Amino acid sequence: MGALANQLPIGLSIAAVLLLIALGLTFTFGQMGVINMAHGEFIMAGAYTAFLLQGVTSQSFLIALPVAFAVAGLMGLLLEWSLIRRFYGRPLDTLLLTWGVSLVLQQLARDLFGAPNVQVTAPGWLVGGVDVLGLRLPYNRVFIIGLAVVCVVGVWLYLTRLPAGRRMRAVVQNRELAAYSGIATGRVDRFTFLLGSGLAGVAGVALTLVGPVGPSLGTFYIVDAFLVVVAGGLGQLRGAVLAAVALGFLNGYLEFWTDASLAKVLVFVAIIAFLQVRPQGMFVLKGRALV
Amino acid sequence: MRSRTFSRGLTALLLPALLATACVDEPGGGAGASGDEIKVGILHSLSGTMAISEVTVRDAELLAVEEINAKGGVLGKKLVPVTEDGASDWPTFAEKAQKLISQDKVATVFGGWTSASRKAMLPVFERNKALLWYPVQYEGLESSPYIFYTGATTNQQIVPALDYLAAQGKKKMFLVGSDYVFPRTANKIIKAYAAAKGIEVLGEEYTPLGHTEYSTLVNKIADAKPDAVFNTLNGDSNVAFFKQLRGSGITPQTTPVVSVSVAEEEVKGIGPENVAGHLVAWNYYQTTTTPANDAFVKAFKAKYGADKVTSDPMEAGYNAVYLWAEAVKKAGTTEVEAVRKAAGGITIEAPEGTTTIDGDNQHVAKTARIGLVQADGQIKEVWSSPGPIKPDPYLRSYDWAGGLS
Repeated sequence: MGALANQLPIGLSIAAVLLLIALGLTFTFGQMGVINMAHGEFIMAGAYTAFLLQGVTSQSFLIALPVAFAVAGLMGLLLEWSLIRRFYGRPLDTLLLTWGVSLVLQQLARDLFGAPNVQVTAPGWLVGGVDVLGLRLPYNRVFIIGLAVVCVVGVWLYLTRLPAGRRMRAVVQNRELAAYSGIATGRVDRFTFLLGSGLAGVAGVALTLVGPVGPSLGTFYIVDAFLVVVAGGLGQLRGAVLAAVALGFLNGYLEFWTDASLAKVLVFVAIIAFLQVRPQGMFVLKGRALV
Repeated sequence: MRSRTFSRGLTALLLPALLATACVDEPGGGAGASGDEIKVGILHSLSGTMAISEVTVRDAELLAVEEINAKGGVLGKKLVPVTEDGASDWPTFAEKAQKLISQDKVATVFGGWTSASRKAMLPVFERNKALLWYPVQYEGLESSPYIFYTGATTNQQIVPALDYLAAQGKKKMFLVGSDYVFPRTANKIIKAYAAAKGIEVLGEEYTPLGHTEYSTLVNKIADAKPDAVFNTLNGDSNVAFFKQLRGSGITPQTTPVVSVSVAEEEVKGIGPENVAGHLVAWNYYQTTTTPANDAFVKAFKAKYGADKVTSDPMEAGYNAVYLWAEAVKKAGTTEVEAVRKAAGGITIEAPEGTTTIDGDNQHVAKTARIGLVQADGQIKEVWSSPGPIKPDPYLRSYDWAGGLS
């Protein structure tokens, strides 16, 4: 029974990882319709940022969070400006394009940092764990859950409270009308991409606490990230949060009762079944446009 | 117009491939030797998920080739390495092996890491009657006449590790592995051993290759309270497993994890602080004290950088080149059948100590070593077999293993 209860924080921490990796994708894929296969490589860029910064100061790990946001964000901005903006409205082409970019970035990482995994040492205050009411809570998991909450709240405030966020939502809901109202949609697109990619970088820093840091890091997370966005409903923040939590607990308990391989299969089956009932995910943007 | 150029280009591309296939059945002859050069193939994943491990083996093999050339080569001829990328993709391994054999006409090939890549290449080498030297510990139960296995088979790594755990009084074990042929076969052997020796197997869990979420599995281990965990995870999953194990309250003092696919290179990627105190089972460590190893470590660091580490599969790849060279010298030719015949009994003073090719199964007699991971990332030997263990890929000399092969 103790182990069963222990799955509660585990489900929550799986959910937090899923949410962090998918949050940026809800912007680039969900809002802009770009099937960005290079999203995983922006996560990788964040992880390598943490690697490069470690040892620079005593609080390198915390400093790495905003720096990784900037690094991955600028990479995303560059990708949008140089390539993706020429491919809007052609989702299959962007899929191939960004997949190619992801391969190039992986090889680049391999050439720059070497093929083997590199070591990112977790700061001392994140090592170990604490027992609460008989439940084991590793500090690094608590940190990831906290970071996910901070990111979601930040994104929510941005979308609902700031003019830039309102412009972003306007472009998502009706691009032409937004353009006629004087919104520079090209600039909004670029900024959306910067934000989405930057969040991937933040996720990358957090993932150094629990996973490998190497050139293929992105490939381990990209499918899960897409699952969360698709199940949650494209471009829906609350959908992504709910989907991540649902998938986190589903994953945790299914693996507990069966094993890792079977749990993965069952989660896929559950998602396919769910999408049969609700093809547009948990939440759908309601509008009058005939698209 | 464009389409015609295209189809002509396509023919130009396909023609050599067709010709190459046509030549397949030609016997090897004095394979790879022409003029004052001998071509040898080196076939590892230089890209994709296995590159992390295989690149280092390629480096060690190239070092051996360079050293042999510096001493005058083989039969008075220089070795010329032809390197190909298996790209972590098993059909590619078969394709590139065929290319090295029929197009480059190499004398032998050193390559592979995963059992899947070896199984993909095996029919190619058998069909062409060409030689492959495979440098990684594996699950045994195989003995191809055209493959030399310079890594450990199960009775030189897994069985000694089990003996060690049993001697330490470990009575309850939990098995963790990646979901493919090596861990599943290894665990079959472990379970047969456990059943015969009264060891209880509390759990057996597999995760897909590249899996990174281990909190549930760690929770299951914590719940089962085993005396030791036997870990056959491969690749990047080890990093996630050990990082997530550390926060869980399971310590090496209470529950040591014995890994058979974690060597110096992997310890560096996992972070020594996450894996220190746990056990590994291999035949060689960077810290192994032999004169040959001092020279190997020094030469490797000089060539590739002072921060580089050496590990068991690298050493087995390095040995493979030397063992082949000795067999060629003894045979007086690079012709495959002559080399095979000459190879039995060839012995070298390798970094791991004396290693001898077993003529019966083309494996190598090796000393088994259990190591303890140190906080600085190096591995300290805590136990070793009294001498080199005769390879027994089908475990025929172990009565508890009767039902396995």
